[in-house]
Amino acid sequence: MAGRSTQRLFIVSMLCWLAALLAVIPAAWAQAAQGSSSRVPQPVIETARGGECVADPSFMRRNHMKLLMHQRDDTLRGGIRTGKYSLKACIACHASQRSQSVTAEPSNFCQSCHNYAAVKIDCFECHANKPADSTAMQQDKP
Amino acid sequence: MKSQNLTPHGDAAGTPSGRRGFLAIAAVGMTGILLAPGVRLIEIAQAAPAAGTTSAGAIAKVRWGMLIDSNQCRSGCTDCVNACNSENGLSGGTLPTDSQWIRKIEIKDVRNGKTQSLPMMCQHCAEPPCVDVCPTGASFKRADGIVLVDRHRCIGCRYCLMACPYKARSFVHEPLTHQKPDVPRGMGTAEACNLCVHRVDRGEAPACVAACAAAGHAAMLFGDLNDPASEIAKRIASYSTRQIRENLNLDTGVRYIGI
Repeated sequence: MAGRSTQRLFIVSMLCWLAALLAVIPAAWAQAAQGSSSRVPQPVIETARGGECVADPSFMRRNHMKLLMHQRDDTLRGGIRTGKYSLKACIACHASQRSQSVTAEPSNFCQSCHNYAAVKIDCFECHANKPADSTAMQQDKP
Repeated sequence: MKSQNLTPHGDAAGTPSGRRGFLAIAAVGMTGILLAPGVRLIEIAQAAPAAGTTSAGAIAKVRWGMLIDSNQCRSGCTDCVNACNSENGLSGGTLPTDSQWIRKIEIKDVRNGKTQSLPMMCQHCAEPPCVDVCPTGASFKRADGIVLVDRHRCIGCRYCLMACPYKARSFVHEPLTHQKPDVPRGMGTAEACNLCVHRVDRGEAPACVAACAAAGHAAMLFGDLNDPASEIAKRIASYSTRQIRENLNLDTGVRYIGI
């Protein structure tokens, strides 16, 4: 008799566990799907310094690299410096208020999104990652 | 009324008329594509980029150049070099591994001991050897005669350093930080005097020329060699000027007086 009651208790407790799991898992899935879970990293989009972007943000997110690639040849090879999509203008507007840069800290504009997308940025091996005025300030210091 | 007249006519002709019309339009189009005798596609192709850049960019009508009067250039004065370094964010070091876009050299006539001082930099040749040897097309001459390196394409092979008879090109050996926003520079690429192309595009003279003028030496003059009305063209027309290594027939954009 004792053996049978223990067995029944075991089955009941297992069923309770199963019910609890079934209740918890869909809730966790729903949370993950909403993107509010802390386990899924999201890019930090720092607020730009002012005004509207040169194009719609959703368009820029997908196409900024094409615009920059196209205009760099016009600027360097053709000497046309009146283009709308200049890297210098991007940096002037999107540099962080704190670090004055678009890549210096993980939360800075270019860096945060590129980290999220796991795409390496080569631009700033040559190009300044700070606007002109802040660069001047930094060089005057020492 | 007109449309009423036309509609029955079109209906009567039916499909064959439509085909005939299409063929006629196609024939006219083909005739337009055919070239007049004596017109070659290569000329049209070469004319196109220049025409496209006239609105805001470099045009082939202009040839930027510099005239250096070595009689006015003082020995020991490095105002032009300092101005270049600060304008372009160069370290100012003179080691073989440091970039030097402009350097002062002293020359001496061994027969009579006469010494002269003059600045040397990229001579912005019309026939640049650095462009000839570049395997990727990174080294190029802009329409207005300024010789530049496209760092997006440079692979750092350093053929141009070898090819330049003026030792004008430098190579960046180490990672750089705090570049100037107007002057991108980076490790693994060749570089040289770019005639301060960002200033020239703004309508200003290169930093070295401005510094020389500000110091009151007036040994350097910048302008359009192709414009007969420009100061530089007038002086070249009235004084005897030299190109360094004239025997190489590179047709340099930088000319010297008094050497």
